[in-house]
Amino acid sequence: MSECAITVEGLTKYFGKVLAVDNVSFRVRQGSTCALLGGNGAGKTTTLSILLGLLLPTSGRVTVLGEDMLRHRYRVLPRMNFTSPYVDLPKRLTVAENLTVYARLYGMSNIRPRLEELSEELQIGAFMHRPYGTLSAGQRNRVALAKSLLNQPEVLLLDEPTASLDPDMGDRMREFLVSYQKRSRATLLLASHNMQEVERMCNDVIMMREGKIVDHGTPQTLLGRYGRKNLEEVFLDIARYRSYQPAARSAR
Amino acid sequence: MNTVAFSPRRIGAMVLRHVYLMRKSWPRILELAYYPSMQMILWGFIAKFLTTTGSWVAQAPGLLIASVLLWDILFRSQLGVSLTFFEEMYSRNLGHLFVSPLRPYELVCSKLIISLLRTLIGVGGAALLAIPFYHYSIFSMGLPLIAFFANLMMMGWGIGLMVSALVLRWGLGAENLAWALIFAAAPVSGVYYPISVLPGWLKPLSLALPSSHVFEGMRAVMIEHQFRVDQLLDALALNFIYLVAGVLVFLAAFRAARTRGLLVHIGE
Repeated sequence: MSECAITVEGLTKYFGKVLAVDNVSFRVRQGSTCALLGGNGAGKTTTLSILLGLLLPTSGRVTVLGEDMLRHRYRVLPRMNFTSPYVDLPKRLTVAENLTVYARLYGMSNIRPRLEELSEELQIGAFMHRPYGTLSAGQRNRVALAKSLLNQPEVLLLDEPTASLDPDMGDRMREFLVSYQKRSRATLLLASHNMQEVERMCNDVIMMREGKIVDHGTPQTLLGRYGRKNLEEVFLDIARYRSYQPAARSAR
Repeated sequence: MNTVAFSPRRIGAMVLRHVYLMRKSWPRILELAYYPSMQMILWGFIAKFLTTTGSWVAQAPGLLIASVLLWDILFRSQLGVSLTFFEEMYSRNLGHLFVSPLRPYELVCSKLIISLLRTLIGVGGAALLAIPFYHYSIFSMGLPLIAFFANLMMMGWGIGLMVSALVLRWGLGAENLAWALIFAAAPVSGVYYPISVLPGWLKPLSLALPSSHVFEGMRAVMIEHQFRVDQLLDALALNFIYLVAGVLVFLAAFRAARTRGLLVHIGE
C-alpha cells in the first residue's frame, strides 16, 4: 500500500456545544485524489480547515506528509496549498500583484516564469493586470486556483474548486487538475457538491453526514454498494438516511 | 522550500502587498498627509494667536505645532497597524495568508513596517508643510525628536496590535475602537498642556502612558532647553510593556480565532 499523505485520527471539533466533526478518522494515499462529500453542515469545510491548521480541533490528530499539523504545521505548509470560496484575495490588487505577493510568501524566487506558466494553463492572462475585485466569480475562481498551484503543492486541498465556473471552464479546470495530479503525483483532497466532478477526478470518496464519516470507498465500490448508477444517487441515499439497496447487499 | 522560522522575504511580501495598494491610489497617499496637515494648519493659527496674547505658549514658538505633529505620530502609527490589519479582514484574505508559510509574528512585523511608512508619509508631509507656513521646523528639535518619534511609534504599535486583536476576536463590528481607543489617551497624555494641570486622581493614569512622558520631555526640550533622560527612560520602559502586551494579546486572539474558526469566516 502506498504511503499516506494525509492521516486523520479521532478528529473531533466542537463549536461551543455544537459538535461539527465527530471522531473522524481517514487516510489519503499519496498521489491519490480523494473527495470529501456530504450535505451542507456535514463537516467537510471544518475538516479541511483543521487539515490546513486554520482551525484547532477539540481532539484528534492530523498528519500531513509525515508532519503533525498541530505541532509542526509550518514544516509542511510550504508543501501544501488550498483554495476555497470562503476566502478571498485583496480586491484592489491586480491578479499579477496578488500572485506575486503569494509567490513571495511561499518563498519562490523565479516568480515571473511561474506566473506566465499558470497564466497560460489556467487562461488568466487576459485579466492578469486587472484588479481582482473587478473579475467575475468564475474568473476569481481560476485566479484562486492559480494561487493554490503557485508553489506546485504536494498536497492540494480544494473546497468546491469549480463552483461558479461555466460548464466549459469547469471541464477545462477539472482536466487541468487531473493532469496536474498525474504530472506531479500530488495528493488532492477536494470537497465538492458536483458529483460528476468527483466521479471523474477521484479514486477515493469519503461520505460525511452530521460530522461523521458514514461511508468510504472508491466511486465504483460505493455505486455497487448502494446499487446506484451515479454518485449523485448515492449522495441522496446517504443524505436522506436510506441504507444500502438489498440487491446490492446480496451482490456483495 | 522556505521553512525558516523568521523570514524577511515573507515580511517583505506583506509590505509589498500594501505598497501595491498605496502606489496605485494617489488619493490614498494624499489622505495620509491630509489630516495631519489640516490639524497642523489649524493649531498653527491658534498658536500664532496665542503668542500675541503673551501666554505660556509664547515661551516657545512652535510648541503647539510640535505637539500636534507628535500627537499625529502616535495616532497614525496606531492606525497604520490596525487599519492595515482590517484591510486583510475586509478582503477575507486571512484564510489564504495563514495557510501560507507566513507566521503570525511575521504578519505583525510587516504591519509595524507599513505603519512606519504610513506615518512618515502622513506626518512627514505635515512637518514639511509647517516650515513655509509657520517658519517652524520640528526637525530643529534635533536628536530628541528621534527619541520622541520612536517612543510614540512604539506606543501606537502596541495599541494598534491590541485593537487588531479585539477586532479579530469580536469581528469588524469592533473596528471603531481603532479610532476611539487612541482618543481616550489624548486628554491624559498632556499633548497641549503639562500634566500638572490634571486632577490628582488622573495623574497615575497619565504617568502610565508613555505618551505623557514624551510630551513632558518635548516641553522640557522646547521651553527649558534640556533633554529629560528620566522621561525618556520611563517612556521606553512603559513602551516595552505596551509592545509586549500588544504582541501577546494579538497572538492570543489569533489562537482564539483558530479555535473558533474565525480565520475562514471573518470578513465583510
